[in-house]
Amino acid sequence: MIKHTIAVIVNDQPGVLQRVSGLFGRRGFNIESITVGTSEEVGLSRMVIVTTGDEQTLEQITKQLYKLIDVIKVIHLSSNPIVARELALIKVSAEPAARPEIFGVVETFRAAVVDIGTHSVMVQVVGDTEKIDAMVELLKPYGIRELSRTGVTALNRGNSR
Amino acid sequence: MVTQNATLKSKEELMEKLRQPEVITGSEILLRSLVLEGVDCVFGYPGGAVLYIYDAMHGFSDFNHVLTRHEQGAIHAADGYARASGKVGVCIATSGPGATNLVTGIATAYMDSVPLVVITGNVISSLIGTDAFQEADITGITMPITKHSYLVRDVEDLPRIIHEAFHIANTGRKGPVLIDIPKDVSANKTLFKPVTEVSIRGYNPTVSPNKLQVDKMIKAIAEAERPLILAGGGVIYSGAHEELHEFVKKTDIPITTTLLGLGAFPSGDDLFLGMPGMHGTYTANKSIQKADLLINIGARFDDRVTGKLSGFAPHAKIIHIDIDPAEIGKNVPTDIPIVGDVKTVLQIANLQAKRAEKADAWRAELLASKAQYPFSYKDSEDELKPQWVVEMLHETTNGDAIVTTDVGQHQMWAAQFYKFNKPRSWVTSGGLGTMGFGFPSAIGAQMANPDRLVISINGDGGMQMCAQELAICAINNIPVKVVILNNQVLGMVRQWQELIYDNRYSHIDLSGSPDFVKLSEAYGVKGFRATNKEEAKAVWEEALRHPGPAVVEFVVRKEENVYPMVAQGSTIDEMIMGDAE
Ligand SMILES: Cc1ncc(C[n+]2csc(CCOP(=O)(O)OP(=O)(O)O)c2C)c(N)n1
Repeated sequence: MIKHTIAVIVNDQPGVLQRVSGLFGRRGFNIESITVGTSEEVGLSRMVIVTTGDEQTLEQITKQLYKLIDVIKVIHLSSNPIVARELALIKVSAEPAARPEIFGVVETFRAAVVDIGTHSVMVQVVGDTEKIDAMVELLKPYGIRELSRTGVTALNRGNSR
Repeated sequence: MVTQNATLKSKEELMEKLRQPEVITGSEILLRSLVLEGVDCVFGYPGGAVLYIYDAMHGFSDFNHVLTRHEQGAIHAADGYARASGKVGVCIATSGPGATNLVTGIATAYMDSVPLVVITGNVISSLIGTDAFQEADITGITMPITKHSYLVRDVEDLPRIIHEAFHIANTGRKGPVLIDIPKDVSANKTLFKPVTEVSIRGYNPTVSPNKLQVDKMIKAIAEAERPLILAGGGVIYSGAHEELHEFVKKTDIPITTTLLGLGAFPSGDDLFLGMPGMHGTYTANKSIQKADLLINIGARFDDRVTGKLSGFAPHAKIIHIDIDPAEIGKNVPTDIPIVGDVKTVLQIANLQAKRAEKADAWRAELLASKAQYPFSYKDSEDELKPQWVVEMLHETTNGDAIVTTDVGQHQMWAAQFYKFNKPRSWVTSGGLGTMGFGFPSAIGAQMANPDRLVISINGDGGMQMCAQELAICAINNIPVKVVILNNQVLGMVRQWQELIYDNRYSHIDLSGSPDFVKLSEAYGVKGFRATNKEEAKAVWEEALRHPGPAVVEFVVRKEENVYPMVAQGSTIDEMIMGDAE
C-alpha cells in the first residue's frame, strides 16, 4: 500500500477535527498520523494527514473530505516534492556510564539532549519519519522509558502552493 | 385539516413585518426566520430545553406546528413532507432524549438525501459538557448522519446559521442539517436583522457539468448497440423528470428506475423496464447485465441495485451523472463521469441528444422480454394476496395517490404493483430501510399536499413502531388512508428465513398484535378490516369515501414471498423467480 500525505485546510470551527477523523474511521480509511495547527490565514487550520491506500482510495478520501462543509481545500502533498517533519521526545534509561554512547548517537543524528535525570536522559529529534524510526531503533537497546511523537507536518517544496 | 394563517393578513404583509429589524429573543428569531424561509409546517415535541421556543409559539399562527406523539413521528413526518413537496422539512425536539429520539429519522433522511432542518434544544451553555440533566452531545452523535450541523454559541449567530442551514439542506446533494440551540441562546435577546445572503467558503456544489464530458456521452450513445438508462432519486430531487422524459424520448433508450427513482418516468411507457435490483424486474436486471452502455442518472449504485459488484454490468461502458462527486467511482468504476445537477446536465444534453440508432434490435428484445416477464403472482380465491390488494389500490385510485410505505415485503409489493407516473408520489425509506417510517411520513406528505389522496402502506410489524401518531391524524383531521397488509409475521424476515436460513423461523411471529380496528378507533380514527376480495373492495371503497383518516387492515396470506429475488452475493441476473411465473 502506498503512503500518502495530504493537507486539509479547514474552517477553524469547534468539532472540525472530529468531523475529519470521524469520516476516516467511518469509511474505513486509515490514519497513520494526523496533526492540526494554525495555518497562514486567521480562521483556517491546517491538518496534515498521513494515510495509506491505492489511488482509488485516495480519490475517495479527497472527495469525501470535500463533502464536509468546513473543508476548504484538500491538497495531495506527496504527489509533489515535500518537506515532511516529525518531532519525537524519547526518554532513555541512561546510567552515567552509558551516557557518552547515547550522546554519540544523538550527535550523529543531529538530535539534542533536552533533559537529564539521575537515571535517564530525554532526547529530542526532528526529521522525517524514517529518521525518527531509525533513531528509536538505535536507542532501544538502552531502554526506552517513554516516547512521544508528534505525527507528520508537511509543506510542498519551492514556490508551489 | 388545520387551515393555516387563519388570520387574513397577506403573506407579503407578514413577510414585510417580519423583516423589520427588532430586538427579540433567540426563540423569536427562530420562528421569524422559519417563516421567512417559507416554512408553513413544523413537526415537534416540547421539553425543558426548548421551553422558550414553545413559549414564543404560544398563540403563534404564522406556521402550523403539529404536536406528534413521539419525536420519531415528528422527524419522519418532516421527511415525508420534504419528499412529497420538495421543500425543506422542519422538526423541533428538546435536548437529550428528545434529540436522541430523532437519530433514526435523521439517518433515514441522510441516506436518501432528503432536505431537513432539525432543531434541537440543548442545556444552557454553561452546563454543556457537565452531564447536566437531559444533556446529550447531539451534534457529536449525529455527525455521521448529517450533511452539516451547528451548535449555536451566541444568539447573534442564529439568523445566519438558520439561513445557512436551509441553504445547505436544499442545495447540492440534499440532506439533513442539525441546529442545536442551548436554552440560554433561545432566551437571549439581540437585534434581529434577517439574513438573505449566504457565503460559505468551500461550499460550492458543481451545478453545470463539464461540456466535454457531455459531448463524450452523446458520442457514446451514437455508438451503443445496447444502451440503458438507470435513473434514481436524484432526478426527482433536482426536479428533472421532464428533462429526463425528453432525454429518453430523444435518444429512444430504454430506462429502468431505482426504488427511489419510481415516478421519475411514466411507468406505462414502452421504454420503461421497471425497477432493477434485489426485487426488480427480470427485464431490468437482465438488461443491465447485457448493456454495452449504462447511463446512471442520479442514482448511487446501491448494493440492493447492483448485487454482486464484481459481476455488475460486465459489458457496459459506465456514464455516471451526479451532483455529488464522491458518488462517482465510489462503488462502480466510471468511464465518463459527469458532475453536476441532473436537471442542468440533462438540459444541456437534450440540446444535442440524438436517437440511439444502432439499438433497434435491443429495443425490440427488451420490449418482448417485458411482455414475457412482468411482475406476477398466483392469485387465490380463498385468501387475500397482498399483490392483489396493491393492484386494487392502484386501480381504484387511477395511480394518482401519493403512496408512502414502511419497510418489508409490503414495500416491495407496493413498488412492484402500484404504478407510478408522477414524481413525488412515492415516499419510501430506501437507503436506511427504516421500519416505522411509513405511517408518520404519510402525515407529512398529506400536510404538504392537503388536496391529494395519500395512502400509507404498512406491514403489521412496522405499523406498531409509530402507531401512536394515529392521534394526530384524528385531532388534526389529516385524511391519510392507512393500509396494513397483515400477514401476522415480520414478513420480509420470514422470507429470508425460509429461503436462506432453511425454514428456521426465528422470532418472526407477531401474535399479540393489537386488533388494528379497535386500536384505530381508540384513537378516534375509523378502522376497517377485510379478509377476502369482496370485503376488501367494499371496505376500501368505504374508506376512500370517508372524509377523514382511516385505517384499513387487509388480512393477507402469511407465506407469500416477494419475487423475483436476488440473494445477497449473487449477480442481479441470478434471480429466484419463485412461484411468480
Ligand atoms: C427499525 C427496523 N428494525 C428492523 C428492521 C429489519 N426488518 C426489515 S423488514 C422487517 C419485517 C417487516 O415486517 P412487517 O412490518 O410485518 O412487514 P412485511 O415484511 O410483513 O410486509 C424487519 C424486521 C428494519 N428494517 N427496521
